[in-house]
Amino acid sequence: MRNQQATQLLFELSKPGRRAARYPMADVPDRPLTDLIPEAQLATALPPLPEVTEPDVIRHFVNLSTLNMSVDTHFYPLGSCTMKYNPKRHERLASLPGLVDLHPYQTPAASQGMLQFLYEMQQMLAEIAGLPGVSMQPAAGAQGELTALLVAAQYFRDRGEHRTKVIFPNSAHGTNPASAAIAGFECVQLNQSEGGYVSLPELQSQLNDQTAVFMITNPSTLGLFERRIQTIAKMVHDVGGLVYIDGANMNAILGITRPGDFGGDMMHYNVHKTFTGPHGAGGPGSGPIAVRDFLADYLPGPIVTKEQQPDGTVVYGLKTPSKTIGRMRTFFGNVGILLRGYCYLKTLGAEGVKAVSDNAVLNANYLLQKLKHVLPVPQGERCMHEFVASAQKLKTEKGISAMDIAKRLLDYGFHAPTVYFPLVVPEALMMEPTETESKETLDAFAAAIEQIITEDPERLHQAPFTGPASRPDDLKAGRNPVLKWVAKA
Amino acid sequence: MDRSQLKFAKTDEWLALEGDVATVGITDVAVEALTDLVYLALPTVGKQYKAGTPFGEVESVKAASDLYAPVTGEVIAVNEDLPNNLDWLSADAFGKGWIVKFKVAPGTTLDHLMDAKGYAAYWDTRAH
Repeated sequence: MRNQQATQLLFELSKPGRRAARYPMADVPDRPLTDLIPEAQLATALPPLPEVTEPDVIRHFVNLSTLNMSVDTHFYPLGSCTMKYNPKRHERLASLPGLVDLHPYQTPAASQGMLQFLYEMQQMLAEIAGLPGVSMQPAAGAQGELTALLVAAQYFRDRGEHRTKVIFPNSAHGTNPASAAIAGFECVQLNQSEGGYVSLPELQSQLNDQTAVFMITNPSTLGLFERRIQTIAKMVHDVGGLVYIDGANMNAILGITRPGDFGGDMMHYNVHKTFTGPHGAGGPGSGPIAVRDFLADYLPGPIVTKEQQPDGTVVYGLKTPSKTIGRMRTFFGNVGILLRGYCYLKTLGAEGVKAVSDNAVLNANYLLQKLKHVLPVPQGERCMHEFVASAQKLKTEKGISAMDIAKRLLDYGFHAPTVYFPLVVPEALMMEPTETESKETLDAFAAAIEQIITEDPERLHQAPFTGPASRPDDLKAGRNPVLKWVAKA
Repeated sequence: MDRSQLKFAKTDEWLALEGDVATVGITDVAVEALTDLVYLALPTVGKQYKAGTPFGEVESVKAASDLYAPVTGEVIAVNEDLPNNLDWLSADAFGKGWIVKFKVAPGTTLDHLMDAKGYAAYWDTRAH
């Protein structure tokens, strides 16, 4: 039975005088507030806060959490997001008191264990990238992009080169042009594609001595590995530009190929995706970047160092790169997520990491083969870790849209795939099953889709029916967003 | 507005030139592809734009897209009521759905733009 109380706001549950904790009388003398804070800075009335008991609060949030779909409760093929299962042993490592209770201002001598974790994580990330310089500061992928572009800008400034343009294909994540714009570059979008791959003539026509960086997600958001990436990298390098690899889709190529080996000069990881961190609904993420040797001096600091003392003992320390662009975030970024990623990589080992990608690609191709006869995949018969199907034919013939399928899947107990992205595929359904799903789950998901498309289109427009909320009015929400809840007087 | 008198950009803007004033909007097929529109950002009157640079933004429930100036010029008028009547864009893209008027820079030519037939053919070559 659902607890209806769960959907009430804490303000609606509030009763005057209720509280969770009562504090003992202060054992120090009282002083008037105006002695402590200037009167002008004092509020004239108490803030309107809900008055509720501890069980009220706990039930409110626990009940809300049961209305949600999560990777711990449901299959979650949300393309581009790599919603793989997050092993619980990672939580044990990340919550060890010696790590959780460490203060970032403790000296390196008093933090050797943490620094060893971070150093080894840096080295593993460098090895998987094939790029030697690593900064783990960025808080998530998009900040990683921005950090790398600021590194590139500083590198060109140092060389006295005035390069203003960042180029990216039209299948790029929206964060690519956003990062470029914030880093002060002009954005140039490539609009043509050859079956989902970059058009080399179009790229060539945009490359010149103004080109700073070419940003490319490889594998792309269409689930395709850009086979001509080495040619593309050479074209960019020939005009003096740098190649940025958006590492959002690293889950497809771990231990198989490396951005540094196929021509990338800089890249970011999404540790929370590829190396597991409980993500979604606000994170936290972790977006380390890896760069070539000639860019490493520009990275944000501190970087963790390892030195062997004359007596053989190993000491971990901190170093700020000589030409650093400065800090992007406090301390080492989201260390809790880095520790989970460390635990993941150490648990799997080199062979296990490669098996992750083998199985992620296998699962995606299996699902593609199961679904392509009902949901065509414009970019072909094979994919990497994800694929983008199109409901365009269904929409034209029966009026069933990608959104209808996505909403109805919730009734069948599956989280929806990503819909309407990338924009280059009409009525897109972007599916990424990840390696942690069984054949039985994939079969059940495919069967649900096959069933859904035989249902009455009119009924599908109303779905979902079993969720805590029915179909929201996207249009009304977009045109007249109500972003503020005001307590009734 | 008579479609045969219009010029079209590859970025799906239409343009009608009268003297040195160019009225600009987005095409009906592009509006349809964007689906339900929720937001339109207009430029400020008096601002100068170079051909091919973004002057505004349109957002649908699916995506946000930049609007690109088809010619170089100065904004002399905007359709102020349009952001609150976004249905005009789908109902009358080439009329009430006009977005902005540019005073075009001297020496401007429209050779880089397509005619209605050319645009229709170009639209068909793209995956929609």
